[in-house]
Amino acid sequence: MTNQRVVVTGLGVLAPNGHGLAAFAGALKEGKSGIRFHQHLADAKFGCQVGGIPENVDELQRRYLSDEELLAMNPNMIYAAIAALDAWADAGLRRAPAEADEVDWDTGAIIGTGIGGIDTIAEKLAPKVDAGKVGRLGSTMVEQIMSSGNSARIAGLLGLGNQVSTNSSACNTGTEAVVDAFFRIREGRAVRMLAGGSEGSSKYIWAGFDGMKVLNRTRNDAPTEASRPLSASAAGFIPGSGAGVLMLESLASAQARGARIYAEVLGGYVNCGGHRMGGSMTAPNPSSVRRCIQGAVAMAGIEPKEIGAINGHLTATFADPKEVRSWSEALGLAPERMPLIHSTKSLIGHALGAAGGIECVASVLELHHGFVHGSANCDDLHPEIAPFASRIPHRSVEVPDLDIVAKASFGFGDVNGCVIFKKFRS
Amino acid sequence: MEQEVMGKVVEILRPFVKNADALTAVSMETSILRDLKINSARLVDIVLEIEDAFSIEVSDEAADQVKTVGDAVKLIVENKAA
Repeated sequence: MTNQRVVVTGLGVLAPNGHGLAAFAGALKEGKSGIRFHQHLADAKFGCQVGGIPENVDELQRRYLSDEELLAMNPNMIYAAIAALDAWADAGLRRAPAEADEVDWDTGAIIGTGIGGIDTIAEKLAPKVDAGKVGRLGSTMVEQIMSSGNSARIAGLLGLGNQVSTNSSACNTGTEAVVDAFFRIREGRAVRMLAGGSEGSSKYIWAGFDGMKVLNRTRNDAPTEASRPLSASAAGFIPGSGAGVLMLESLASAQARGARIYAEVLGGYVNCGGHRMGGSMTAPNPSSVRRCIQGAVAMAGIEPKEIGAINGHLTATFADPKEVRSWSEALGLAPERMPLIHSTKSLIGHALGAAGGIECVASVLELHHGFVHGSANCDDLHPEIAPFASRIPHRSVEVPDLDIVAKASFGFGDVNGCVIFKKFRS
Repeated sequence: MEQEVMGKVVEILRPFVKNADALTAVSMETSILRDLKINSARLVDIVLEIEDAFSIEVSDEAADQVKTVGDAVKLIVENKAA
């Protein structure tokens, strides 16, 4: 049963600027930023003291998870669970109670993370171990610090019986999860897969980026202006957190159960630049970026000019102008012929392992509602991007006939992922 | 004394009980794993909570013998008396 067509039947998102599809889509349309000043970062003497953290999670989590479940869940797992449960419900699926003792052998999950449970390690495990108190750790440590904690917990919440895994490819994690889930369903190894990514919001996750001076330290007094992809004044990215999860499903299954179908996944591609040809641990190899985009487009069987919008990686580092040029060269489209280009990170920061997941959700929502959100904070467009100015909306634009969105992520490690989504019309 | 200790033990167990209804009819004979359906992996955490709440130390061997609410209460009372 190979070469199944794969569609998106559910979406779940917990982002710094909104929880749930209505709030998140509304925030994107309004250009509402989720970046705030955080006192605990200033107290810890971070250079960058602003970031994106989903709000009201303390109250929200009790609506989704029991006290018993929460005893063994850190924010990364909580964010992932909320988004996954939302995607499940959005797909029109019911949750069987655990007592029903049923396993859904046909549904799995690939929900990645970039850094994972480091907060549990730093705050709970390491201090006790170093104080000779291993016996005081209790039973809940392993499931929180193991990299697969987020997907493993979701498997239990939903009774999943197909592959359940946490992938990890830095900033490309969420996008790669969607690509891997797409291929699994396409090959007939699963009927449905929850796919996406999550990342916690601990200062321990963000510290390494601050230490390597890749975060923007210049706008602590103006948080909503701090994330500046595509701009001349981009000075590093702003850290974010949260989770974005898509329900991918075979078209056959979706149609058989009368599911609402948002979009079809026409194609996906992942590759690496090998830290050569201009690439390094932290900078992309432009040739590999082009190969990735072209690979996804070729698999999708579309002409580049059919792409209506690009949801870029676009983090607000020096790499932004190179990325825009890479898209142009990969698609073989002159600047004025390019699709609309935008950066969700301008509103939510760089959510690391969650970025690809949240941004894929954004892309599908834009297809569904027929709009492309504006990129905040790039009125001062980077001079090298100037030729593309007419293709870069600063405020949301209605695009009722938006048909195809290309989403890509380019991660530390010189890893790339690209997905092509097409609006589904039955 | 036993009643007071049992009350505190029930409160320690409460977050670990998936179905809160199971606690309404709790008695000294209530089985922690079978009746309260507490995840056996969490017994470690319950023992730690008991140690902290009652300022006692519970050996691994003694912890292994606790099957019912009553076993936990007796363990605590004996430890405090010692």
